[in-house]
Amino acid sequence: MRPQDILMPVPAGLCCKPGGFHIDPVRPVERAVITHGHSDHARPGHGAVLATQETLDMMRLRYGDNFARTTQAIRYGEEMRLGDVRIKFHPAGHVLGSAQIAVSCKDTCIVASGDYKDAEDPTCTPFEVVPCDVFITEATFGLPVFRHGDAADEVKKLLASVALFPERAHLVGAYSLGKAQRVIALLREAGHDAPIYLHGAMEKITYYYESRGIALGELRPVKGVKKADLAGTITLAPPSATSDVWTRRFPDPVTAFASGWMRVRGRARQRGIELPLVISDHADWDGLTATIAATGAGEVWVTHGQEDALVHWCKSRGLAARPLDLVGYGDEEEHESAAADEAEV
Amino acid sequence: MNRFAELLDRLGYEPGRNNKLRLLTAYLRDTPDPDRGYALAALTGALSFKHAKPGLIRDLIMDRTDPVLFGLSYDYVGDLSETVALMWPKAPLPGHNNPPPPTLSEVVTTLRTLGKTELPKQLARWLDELDETGRWALLKLVTGAMRIGISARLAKTAVAALGDKDPHDIELIWPGLAPPYPDLFAWLEGRGDKPVNSDPAPFRPVMLAHAIEDTDFSNLDPADFIAEWKWDGIRVQAVSGRDERGQMQARLYSRTGEDITKSFPDLVPSLHLSGAIDGELLVLREGRVQTFNVLQQRLNRKVVSPKLIKEFPIHLRAYDLLGEDENDLRELPFAERRAHLEKFIKKLDDPRIDLSPTVAFDSWDALMAARADPASAGAGEDAEAVEGVMLKRREAPYLPGRPKGQWWKWKRDPHIIDAVLMYAQRGHGKRSSYYSDYTFGVWTSGEGGEQLVPVGKAYFGFTDEELLQIDRFVRRNTTEKFGPVRHVVHEPEQGLVLEVAFEGLARSSRHKSGVAMRFPRISRLRWDKPPREADRLETLERMLKDVTAN
Ligand SMILES: [Zn+2]
Ligand SMILES: [Zn+2]
Repeated sequence: MRPQDILMPVPAGLCCKPGGFHIDPVRPVERAVITHGHSDHARPGHGAVLATQETLDMMRLRYGDNFARTTQAIRYGEEMRLGDVRIKFHPAGHVLGSAQIAVSCKDTCIVASGDYKDAEDPTCTPFEVVPCDVFITEATFGLPVFRHGDAADEVKKLLASVALFPERAHLVGAYSLGKAQRVIALLREAGHDAPIYLHGAMEKITYYYESRGIALGELRPVKGVKKADLAGTITLAPPSATSDVWTRRFPDPVTAFASGWMRVRGRARQRGIELPLVISDHADWDGLTATIAATGAGEVWVTHGQEDALVHWCKSRGLAARPLDLVGYGDEEEHESAAADEAEV
Repeated sequence: MNRFAELLDRLGYEPGRNNKLRLLTAYLRDTPDPDRGYALAALTGALSFKHAKPGLIRDLIMDRTDPVLFGLSYDYVGDLSETVALMWPKAPLPGHNNPPPPTLSEVVTTLRTLGKTELPKQLARWLDELDETGRWALLKLVTGAMRIGISARLAKTAVAALGDKDPHDIELIWPGLAPPYPDLFAWLEGRGDKPVNSDPAPFRPVMLAHAIEDTDFSNLDPADFIAEWKWDGIRVQAVSGRDERGQMQARLYSRTGEDITKSFPDLVPSLHLSGAIDGELLVLREGRVQTFNVLQQRLNRKVVSPKLIKEFPIHLRAYDLLGEDENDLRELPFAERRAHLEKFIKKLDDPRIDLSPTVAFDSWDALMAARADPASAGAGEDAEAVEGVMLKRREAPYLPGRPKGQWWKWKRDPHIIDAVLMYAQRGHGKRSSYYSDYTFGVWTSGEGGEQLVPVGKAYFGFTDEELLQIDRFVRRNTTEKFGPVRHVVHEPEQGLVLEVAFEGLARSSRHKSGVAMRFPRISRLRWDKPPREADRLETLERMLKDVTAN
């Protein structure tokens, strides 16, 4: 069986005909298998949804109880038969509950990795390399200029700035699902034990992380706190809020942004960021290429991001590679801002 | 080097002056000699070594990476040094005995003596040893492209804060100091005496004006002010003084204190009286001030040839006197300094240096009329080179910086037209990865009927939000791509109208349209306007006539 007979890109998403389901569908489908809770991958309105417990919980938090007709939870390492194929979930290291989905039919195995990173993250299960024949990889940071370095060093930079400007508030823009909690956890690992403040839009999901046993220290809603009391503090907020009138409640705020895009100065300047923090929940170039090699896959399908460069790299290594023309996915951070149309290029 | 790089990186993002100062002072306090001294030299533009060519940097990266990946990366990042810094491969250094990354002092002192042939190898070694930010700063430094958005003045203010000194004191001794400034730091930290300045012709930090707003006038009394024309030239400080051997030394400084004497040797003989003039550099032909466009052709030339000097005769129009012989005049009120200046210029009696006239007025309305029509208010044939009026408080001493309420500039209204976006190009550097350079055009009748003719290019004026909107519009409405340039749809009913403001207009044979704009910028996006309603070339030609008729 050819790989494209097992999984095929269609307008609704990645379709598995012999299994009778779609992976991360962008339109309502009968049966959806979902890699993780980010809104471009996990959408409401499907018939049946199969995902990890955490992903299902996040969908419920965002869309309400009736986001799908039926749901079924699956654990990492658990295998399941769907139609003529077998599927198995493996940790993707992207956010809490994120998974790669291995789809096997006869003796061909395809891994749809969703979004993933191979870097350390105290808030989710580490990424696992899954040997396969075809590896479907994201390419959000698919250019050799994206090398993300150690996130702990970036957090040190943030704390040094807090120490240098004790009379100012530090506002850290971070995507509310995953990035925010990771930044908080990293701050705690770096020994910062003061209360950390949260923008209203972050509260629900952050408390959900805590309910799953992830220790984040003392958290406080920023709403209602007096301006003067915010001097010397750190507040986490969705990226779009950090350029909003909302920031006027803070004393001379330093605007930080935790994102892999911050590696490129033009990007950071463009958004008026004063303290770029290169912290990414997606694999960087070295991570992407190392993972592709480690899976042993002879064929690579590349989706959302800088497909060209990664496809070129694969081919130069003698691997069959092609871009998958899937629409509707983007880097989640960019989704919140207006620059999402990089995908058009 | 990594620590210095971190400072540069952070300064580049920090918009607030006081916060920049804090970052600088913290760095200078925490960094040992001589590194901080070389950093100070780098920040004040006091370092000199032969710069590496971008081609050399490109060759280095081409040897180490896949050219296709480099091409895609460069296109995305838009800046050569940054691209190379980010994608430089991690060196497979053997064992745990890796050399420590170079210090700034090591880099600076090595570059001073390094032969041209050894440069590539040395650079590669440093790039292997530094981190991403360190590599970026190194490449900016060696290519001479370090733009960090801080002035030499700010760096000196930060140094002064180390020892609780007045920045002004640093300015006074600065010309006598040399990197890495051990005696300066010793003095600031109470370990040594104050260094003395033996420069006979030192720079004095300049006084700057605020742009006046309509609402300011109600609080100001015309009787308290003296008005002058604001000339569309280059603000300079011309200083002369005798050295220890009694020789007259003359220097010309830019408003930031950069010594630009070498570019204007023809002015030096005219500076034969000991004093410090604040004035405007202009090109005069047959006694008439030429436009900024003409002056510009005299600037930034590597070689100042006799031909250039003859074709673009330089002239100094004086409006203030900061010192005379041994006397510092800066504490005096402006009206008194002006009296000294008038005598000084008379005594100097040199055709290349004259007095900038005052503009008589008794009410703001009268001054507004003069500003609108400088030709009939005394500027005569030079009116074209007047970009507005300056208001200076009679009582104001000469204060460095931009003190409140002392000096005002009141520019003539900028011109405005509606033009149509025609082509867009990715910005390099700051605006990389966005289409931020726009060519715009206006309508004219051609052989094939109505057509758009390009009249200028704008890179700024828009907000970040607007940039995102234009960028999106460009990507969605591209009709053709030529390398980095995108042709954007520009039909009578389809396209984007830009309101463009500009400072001046001149005839130009280099432009297809026959006109060239000075300082064009996007003032508004007219999503509401169909392109057919944009302005016509005739409108610009009429403006051109108005300008010359003034
Ligand atoms: Zn995601
Ligand atoms: Zn994604």
